[in-house]
Amino acid sequence: MQWLLDLTPDEWDAVRLSIKVSAVAMVFSLPPGIIIALLLARGRFWGKSILNGIVHLPLILPPVVTGYLLLITFGRRGPVGAFLDQHFGIVFSFRWTGAALACGIMAFPLMVRAIRLSIEAVDRKLEAAAGTLGANPLWVFGTITLPLILPGIVAGMILAFAKAMGEFGATITFVSNIPGETQTLPSAIYTFTQVPGGNAGALRLTIISIIIAMAALVASEVVARRISRRIEIE
Amino acid sequence: MSLSVALRHRLGDFRLDVAIESNGRLTALFGPSGSGKTSLVNLLGGLLRPDEGRIVADSRVLVDTKAGIFVPKHKRRIGYVFQDARLFPHMTVSQNLLYGRFFAPTTERYGDLDGVVALLGIGHLLDRKPGSLSGGEKQRIAIGRALMASPRLILMDEPLASLDDNRKAEIMPYIERLRDETKIPIVYVSHSLGEVARLATDMVVLDSGKVVVAGQASDVLRRLDLLPADERGEGGVVLDMRVSGRDDAFGMTTLVSSAGEIQVTGLDAEPGTAARVRIRARDVIVAAERPTGLSALNILPGTIASIRTGADPFADVLIDCNGQHIAARITRQSSEALGLRPGLPVFAIIKSVTFDRANTASVAAGHPQPQDKTINEKVE
Repeated sequence: MQWLLDLTPDEWDAVRLSIKVSAVAMVFSLPPGIIIALLLARGRFWGKSILNGIVHLPLILPPVVTGYLLLITFGRRGPVGAFLDQHFGIVFSFRWTGAALACGIMAFPLMVRAIRLSIEAVDRKLEAAAGTLGANPLWVFGTITLPLILPGIVAGMILAFAKAMGEFGATITFVSNIPGETQTLPSAIYTFTQVPGGNAGALRLTIISIIIAMAALVASEVVARRISRRIEIE
Repeated sequence: MSLSVALRHRLGDFRLDVAIESNGRLTALFGPSGSGKTSLVNLLGGLLRPDEGRIVADSRVLVDTKAGIFVPKHKRRIGYVFQDARLFPHMTVSQNLLYGRFFAPTTERYGDLDGVVALLGIGHLLDRKPGSLSGGEKQRIAIGRALMASPRLILMDEPLASLDDNRKAEIMPYIERLRDETKIPIVYVSHSLGEVARLATDMVVLDSGKVVVAGQASDVLRRLDLLPADERGEGGVVLDMRVSGRDDAFGMTTLVSSAGEIQVTGLDAEPGTAARVRIRARDVIVAAERPTGLSALNILPGTIASIRTGADPFADVLIDCNGQHIAARITRQSSEALGLRPGLPVFAIIKSVTFDRANTASVAAGHPQPQDKTINEKVE
């Protein structure tokens, strides 16, 4: 046990950084995730299938391609990256924020899928009933739709978090592998495997990865069960 | 409260083209399935947008396609009780009830929770979740939820259709109380003439998207030929009578009107009070001579006012009993065998009557008991 917790400062950094990056990726992709899921589930507009395709791209493209695309658009000299840097002082390239962006984008399709499915399962007749009781569309969404899709949102968040914890290809391509700044757990494990005598470190971090992933899954189970007990679908 | 509707709407191959005016406390939209009843209430409630037309409720224009007016459903203040209660599954019963209250303007809130809970008898359910309720309980909560939003009009779209007979009998008294004790007008959709006959003050018969006949329920129900073929036996007449005496030994009450005397059971009223009784056409036997040795107590003499026959084997006979009319539905064969024709003196034998508790405010002392399921009294 002591062997497992006896991490070097760099390894601790990697663990902390991974959790931070994944949590930030999860939280920041939630609002756009709900909006896109609503559009895809309910919207009727030209280009819906194109939007659907773009959202799902990170799922089918090689991660290194996604990472490279991020690099040339969000890099310091990329069109979006340069704009954000000059006007808001936000820099993504070779920073932990960039790792969060890469993880968020890679996890986005999973989150949207989970939320979209739960939106499609909502009985729209309930929303109509709320409307006849005087609730305007915004109130209907807040008091009826949102509580009913909460299990889907939680599932989407957990999926996104787990995906972000494991993200490697796009992250290392976009923000490289800088200890203390962009070296997440997978990058750290990869680094260990590239040096002689790194097996023990790689194994330690691997076990920690498994523990975190399992904890996230158990937590999501508990939360989902609590919510569905509260909702008690007829 | 007046409701004025003139609408044209297309849904695929179906065309709805109706003009309705009503001042009734409970206006029934009656017709077979597919006649456009539900489309019409959805248009009233704002769930559908009509192709063309106007809806004015209480001199408030809700829809006027010419003027480009369409009040969205959440601003109409029209309570809607759906066939499938549509309770919010993530809220408790009391949260469901209070939902609409929050959105009603404070100055116009009249729905108070205690009153609604008492009216509908749902006090023991307040902390439950909708998932654990029976169909009848759900429907009562749905009615309460609509009431708590303090609506100016209540729409009920076949609220009893998905329930079995016992559950229907459980809920009907509550709808009667709603009609009689609150001043909110109700539009009630149904394809069951029994329900309509019991509940409606006014009635609109729809068929294939058109109004066949509209008017006071008592008038419309007498026109058996205008009702759907399989429901004609449910039609009949309403007689305004007066309680003239009681016999406590036999438990009988005597009612009198210009048509004569009838004796009924199960009516607890003081002599002198008014009572309205509904006599279904299928519960009336026609005799050419005064029958003897019959268990039926109620034999009223009269003359035949009219006989209407159609393609089916039935004849609808209207009997004029000294100014009051009684409708009878018999077979064409019997009609010919007896040689019935207008002007012929006959006797109407009434097998059973239904007290219209609805319109017999003086009959029910205090509140009607919701558990009381006997409304159809055999009076042999």
